[in-house]
Amino acid sequence: MDFWTLANALATGLLTGLVYGLSALGLSVIFGVIRIVNFAHGEIMVMGMFFALVMFRWLGLDPMLSVPLAAAILFVFGYALQSTVISRVAHLPDHMQFLLLAAIAVMIVNGSLLIFGPDPQAINISYSFDSFDIGENLIIDKTRAYAAIAAVAISGLLLGFFKYSRTGKAIRACADNYLGAQVVGLKVDHLYALTFGIGAACLGAAGCVLLLLIEVHPYLAPGYTLLAFVIVIIGGLGSMTGALVGGILIGMSEALAAIVLQPSMKSAFSFGLLILVLLLRPQGLMGKSVK
Amino acid sequence: MMGVNFLADLTIKGKAGLLLILAILISLPFWSSSYIISVATITLYLAILGQSWNLMLGFAGLLSLGHALFVGISAYLAAYGFSVLGLPPVISVFPAVLLAILMGMLIGYLGFRFSIGGVYFALLTIAFAELVRISVDHLGFIGGTEGLFLPVSEGDRKGVDLINLRGHPFMFYYLAMVLAFLTLAGCRTLLKSKLGYYWQAIRDDQDAAQALGINVFRYKMYAVIYSSGIAGVAGVFYAFYQNSLFPESVFGIERSIEVTLGPIVGGVGSLFGPVLGAFILTPLGEGLTELIDFLKNSGIIDPKLKLNGLKLLIWGLVVSLIVLFKPRGIWPWLSDKLGFCRTEGD
Repeated sequence: MDFWTLANALATGLLTGLVYGLSALGLSVIFGVIRIVNFAHGEIMVMGMFFALVMFRWLGLDPMLSVPLAAAILFVFGYALQSTVISRVAHLPDHMQFLLLAAIAVMIVNGSLLIFGPDPQAINISYSFDSFDIGENLIIDKTRAYAAIAAVAISGLLLGFFKYSRTGKAIRACADNYLGAQVVGLKVDHLYALTFGIGAACLGAAGCVLLLLIEVHPYLAPGYTLLAFVIVIIGGLGSMTGALVGGILIGMSEALAAIVLQPSMKSAFSFGLLILVLLLRPQGLMGKSVK
Repeated sequence: MMGVNFLADLTIKGKAGLLLILAILISLPFWSSSYIISVATITLYLAILGQSWNLMLGFAGLLSLGHALFVGISAYLAAYGFSVLGLPPVISVFPAVLLAILMGMLIGYLGFRFSIGGVYFALLTIAFAELVRISVDHLGFIGGTEGLFLPVSEGDRKGVDLINLRGHPFMFYYLAMVLAFLTLAGCRTLLKSKLGYYWQAIRDDQDAAQALGINVFRYKMYAVIYSSGIAGVAGVFYAFYQNSLFPESVFGIERSIEVTLGPIVGGVGSLFGPVLGAFILTPLGEGLTELIDFLKNSGIIDPKLKLNGLKLLIWGLVVSLIVLFKPRGIWPWLSDKLGFCRTEGD
């Protein structure tokens, strides 16, 4: 294997990893604040992909332009889901919450199967096969570059929102100290719903840009749920920068595993990494220490 | 002895109910169809697995989302032993269960030694199950993605050969029933033994249990060992009942989730909950398939309509409703209502 094969694989992995990072951000935000493990994560993202697919087929809209719309719709979906259903199981043990979200995931997968059928569907846009050639040997797909740029921009917006806006600070206050947040008069239920909405919006955006890179079908979802877990745990559950770093790490290690071992072994690599991190640094690479 | 103990919690009404259910189950092959027997066999099989999973979460507070791993490696070992080495399952069940237990011990050792708790432990079990699934995908000698098949001859489905586990579907049905009953009685004995009380103490408050001098690490390991051992026995049964094993359909995360559903719906931590849960969910899924077919055939809904996914959609809805409205599970509620148990929820 020569240097340029490696460089191309790593560049591809880096760009894909940024999209993974955006998706994992959605999981991380929800776990970090509401302490709910969203087992319907990949499913909500695939909803975003299907939304972008419909917009493309119906209006000829570029998936990049569907991003704000998908984010808005899934924000409303996430807000409603948290305030009407998930808030009701907040006091139940972990496994009941897991079961509820797994049941929601099953409903989303099979609902989309009912509507869109089982076959993989791809879109073809004008720049699908274009690429940026950097120098003579480094070739980067245009779609992948655009997807990564969008992912970075949205992640940046989100980090800014949580760091500087009043609502973002209030949400972080809820995460730090639930009782304290209630005492100072924050509407915790509303902020939790807002957080779930933001997490789902992230997934909507990630789903739209991911449609540029891969075909969509209902059974794609569970794999992405697991992938996001791996990323978030490696990065550190609840740490937003950790999710991005974890995404890049997994994207690049998958790309490496695909050329060094076999493409079908790439997720074995991620799970191996997950086990190592769980054993050696359970709080994740960027996480704060565990309780 | 075990059997007598086992009935001690039930009231007269409860005993009558149990007797009635046993009578129905035992007589089932004489008056129902072969389709119902196949559904009932799978239901009993899931009841065994539910019991095994419940032993970890319901008794000792350890959430496993990788139970398919224990079932799967044991199934693969027994199937490989039979199809390639000609080893009958009565012999291969021992190394198969041992392998499942060793896998459980490995996960348990790593998890407890590095104090990985709660959701993190669940993810560790998923990670191991997925790793093994992908590895088996690439292991040519046990079939890889092509699958591993057990030899079946025409005469096999007629006789009763318990040594080689070849025979009529009724044989598998009764075998599943015996195994389910033994598992139930075994779990009852464990739960009421010193071990069971240690587990419950650890489940309710690990720090307090440790302060009282319970060796938390050791007793959690026992929970994993018993649980993975039972799952291993079920795995051998599965291999010989199914006759074909594929990495995705054996180790997939869907399989692990399927195992958790019965006990959660029936009632985590109770003895009859996992059984009841299996008897609600499996027939529900099959019933929905039948209902959709019936509606199509009778022309109430357009037969040309593609309804893939409708069944699981409704099924997901039912599970969500149970979580929202009966979060302790159906069994504790039902046994209170009907007065089946002396001690609540057992």
